[in-house]
Amino acid sequence: MSDINSNIPEGELASKWTKYKSSVPLVNPSNKRTIEVIIVGSGLAGASAAATLAEMGYKVKCFCFQDSPRRAHSIAAQGGINAAKNYQNDGDSVYRLFYDTIKGGDYRAREANVYRLAEVSANIIDQCVAQGVPLAREYGGLLDNRSFGGTQVQRTFYAAGQTGQQLLLGAYSALERQIGMGKVEMYTRHEMLEVVKIDGKARGIIARNLITGEIERHFGHAVVLGTGGYGNVFYLSTNAMGSNVTAAWKAHKQGAYFANPCYTQIHPTCIPVSGDHQSKLTLMSESLRNDGRIWVPKKKDDNRKASEIPEDERDYYLERRYPAFGNLVPRDVASRAAKERCDAGYGVGASKLAVYLDFKANTERYGRIEAAKAGNHNPDKETCMRLGTAVIKEKYGNLFDMYAQITGENPYETPMRIYPAVHYTMGGLWVDYNLMTSVPGLYCTGEANFSDHGANRLGASALMQGLADGYFVLPYTIGAYLSKEISVKAISTDHPAFVEAEERAVGILNTLINIKGTKSVDHFHKRLGHIMWEKCGMARNEKGLKEAIEEIRALRAEFWSDVRVPGAANELNTELEKAGRVADFIELGELMCIDALNRNESCGGHFREEYQTEEGEALRDDENYAYVAAWEFKEGVNFELHKEELKFENIKVAQRSYK
Amino acid sequence: MSTGNMNLTLKVWRQKNNKTKGALVDYKLTDISPDMSFLEMFDVLNEQLINKGEEPVVFDHDCREGICGMCSMFINGRPHGPKDLVTTCQLHMRSFKDGDTIVVEPWRAAAFPVVKDLTVDRSAFDRIIAAGGFISVNTGNAQDANNLPIPKMQADAAFEAAACIGCGACVATCKNASAMLFVSAKISQLALLPQGQPERYRRVQSMVAQMDAEGFGNCTNTGACEAECPKGISLENIARMNRDFASAKFISEETV
Repeated sequence: MSDINSNIPEGELASKWTKYKSSVPLVNPSNKRTIEVIIVGSGLAGASAAATLAEMGYKVKCFCFQDSPRRAHSIAAQGGINAAKNYQNDGDSVYRLFYDTIKGGDYRAREANVYRLAEVSANIIDQCVAQGVPLAREYGGLLDNRSFGGTQVQRTFYAAGQTGQQLLLGAYSALERQIGMGKVEMYTRHEMLEVVKIDGKARGIIARNLITGEIERHFGHAVVLGTGGYGNVFYLSTNAMGSNVTAAWKAHKQGAYFANPCYTQIHPTCIPVSGDHQSKLTLMSESLRNDGRIWVPKKKDDNRKASEIPEDERDYYLERRYPAFGNLVPRDVASRAAKERCDAGYGVGASKLAVYLDFKANTERYGRIEAAKAGNHNPDKETCMRLGTAVIKEKYGNLFDMYAQITGENPYETPMRIYPAVHYTMGGLWVDYNLMTSVPGLYCTGEANFSDHGANRLGASALMQGLADGYFVLPYTIGAYLSKEISVKAISTDHPAFVEAEERAVGILNTLINIKGTKSVDHFHKRLGHIMWEKCGMARNEKGLKEAIEEIRALRAEFWSDVRVPGAANELNTELEKAGRVADFIELGELMCIDALNRNESCGGHFREEYQTEEGEALRDDENYAYVAAWEFKEGVNFELHKEELKFENIKVAQRSYK
Repeated sequence: MSTGNMNLTLKVWRQKNNKTKGALVDYKLTDISPDMSFLEMFDVLNEQLINKGEEPVVFDHDCREGICGMCSMFINGRPHGPKDLVTTCQLHMRSFKDGDTIVVEPWRAAAFPVVKDLTVDRSAFDRIIAAGGFISVNTGNAQDANNLPIPKMQADAAFEAAACIGCGACVATCKNASAMLFVSAKISQLALLPQGQPERYRRVQSMVAQMDAEGFGNCTNTGACEAECPKGISLENIARMNRDFASAKFISEETV
């Protein structure tokens, strides 16, 4: 059934990676010095790869659109990073992390990649600690862990609610060290606008200097994209304002397949939308579900304050529906359950599109423990709440402060109001076991690729994947390709392929500037986001998707005739930057709907209303859809489907149950 | 649902590029919602400017949740505005009153030249980190993480220093445009951890040398940096850096 080759090595699952590493061709040190690698993106996946490849001796150029590599959006990840260390002695293992990830992804990920991810997870923690990343510790001086959704062990390492920040600053410092030594040339405030292909292989990029507007040509023996996810196609998401799909989309248009674009993660615990002015949504980390209980009133349209609703009139619907995992079910399950309650009329807050996340019970429990430690075995309620609040503050202080700042409410006193929001995209550029796209020499790492999370990513696994790819996987696999490129001399950027790619990029910029229409870029972006959220969001159906495809095509035509981009192309022009990104989001949005329409089943984050069990759970069709949908771009914004069959040889495929 | 009732006058620094002179320009805004963030209020302003055919105000921003350190507005004489411990993106309009006049300028420091409008060049910070803000450990060289127990108090103190977001508010608010709070936060994080000991004195000398080369001023202990830091980075870090810097002169065998 597969018509694309994922190049998975032969042999037993548990020994594939070890065997691969010991037999992969190497590049000797003197050759490494003349081989150039371009890395686009400086988040966890990009910075870790850039630093590691430079340490190995390659000549590296790294690009980011922000003013510093330290600003990449990995920095905003809050809760933690998974690793199969079994430090808690609770039965964790590489196999269990592998199993949880495949099951969490609703059996739509590639076994060999996921197993490798679980294998290298422990090395990541070691590496980060060696770099001086201050992960949370217990009083004995050893590392602390907490729980995340979709697992029954404690394998999540963390640094308060700023784990992404600390891990990224670790990778950033490793990168800056190489920059200081002259082994990495860093290009900040640069945006990649084209991939350059010569004789079918990726040989460089066209980038725009965002300060001067100059267009630059850069050669590389290989090109790596670690450019993040495309959640901003929805306009409102937890992504940074600048997060975009442009680099991946330009690669797609040059022949890189785009896989499973419809797999979108809607995160259950975000601060609800407060009005039309809103520019982004803010996540409240999943780690809060360790100590927060989710509920809505049992009565419809109950307008009482949370504190006035007695215990027996509250519906802790996750604990009711999923007693085994309770509040720690995976994200897709928790999000759909929240939507179900709100759609049925039980939502809370002014918009009625919110549920409560309540810390009271656990605050009291912690307070009781603290009181007992101090010798008070019969504390009153007030003492419990006071002591417990201090514990909660230490665990989640920065998140509570953020919530208070945004909503103007005090979450220590009243429950948080939360609602699902677009957070992560499991789909991305198709890559083989080597992390190479369908364009030879073009690699893709981290959230930008599709490979490890199937149809739903488990919490604390994004940081794990980004760093696994950059520190421990790509540095080996890219050598397999580069070992065959050692005789290729640096190609002049006067080569016709560079000239042609630059003309394509400049053509688009000039077109955008010269439309001189009547509506701002944001106007179009908001309309696209609205279509995507309503018709390709948490729940999808055939009718809606067909409408969405038509609406997006019409929007694309309108965009290219009526967008207004003030200023010029040869200067810092933030509207021009946004226009290019939104143009790509519009094309991607169409493909996401096409993919969602093609997949006549529900799995993970992809929920088709036509395909659900009697209890409203996702109903997969393993007979017909146990494949990766890899789309090839065709002239005139058309797409051709290729299928990579998913074989499960080490895991029994079953209906996911968290009951 | 989004429209509010606040009417504001903005005085915003406009400057085409680093070769031209800038000036404050007045803008009137109406119907601003108190639930908007300060940057969303700027989005409204920019949408109006674009609709009028004018160029929008350029300002740095990205995550809009207070962690990336990219936003950098000097609001009514204070970096990140009137509230303590928040960045501009987390400042909400409910912190202002209807009828207010708000002055918005870029960070002002010789080492942070203006790029355009409210955007400045903070690459000096990257160069200071590149000079020594790291532990020299290549990928693959690490021992098991729990082989190195670190007392919780010490790890927590390192974490507090590591919480710096590199926004540059400390430089912007300092009358000497000193970068000592930023530099000392990184030096402290690594000096507090056992992993950071082998390079401790070399690090402080390299980073301070780079800081000076970038043209940041010296520290005269006014404490404005600590007061304005959105992440509450403590002045103690500067004291620790100064101690290490002085010690390095005496006890270090290494020359930088």
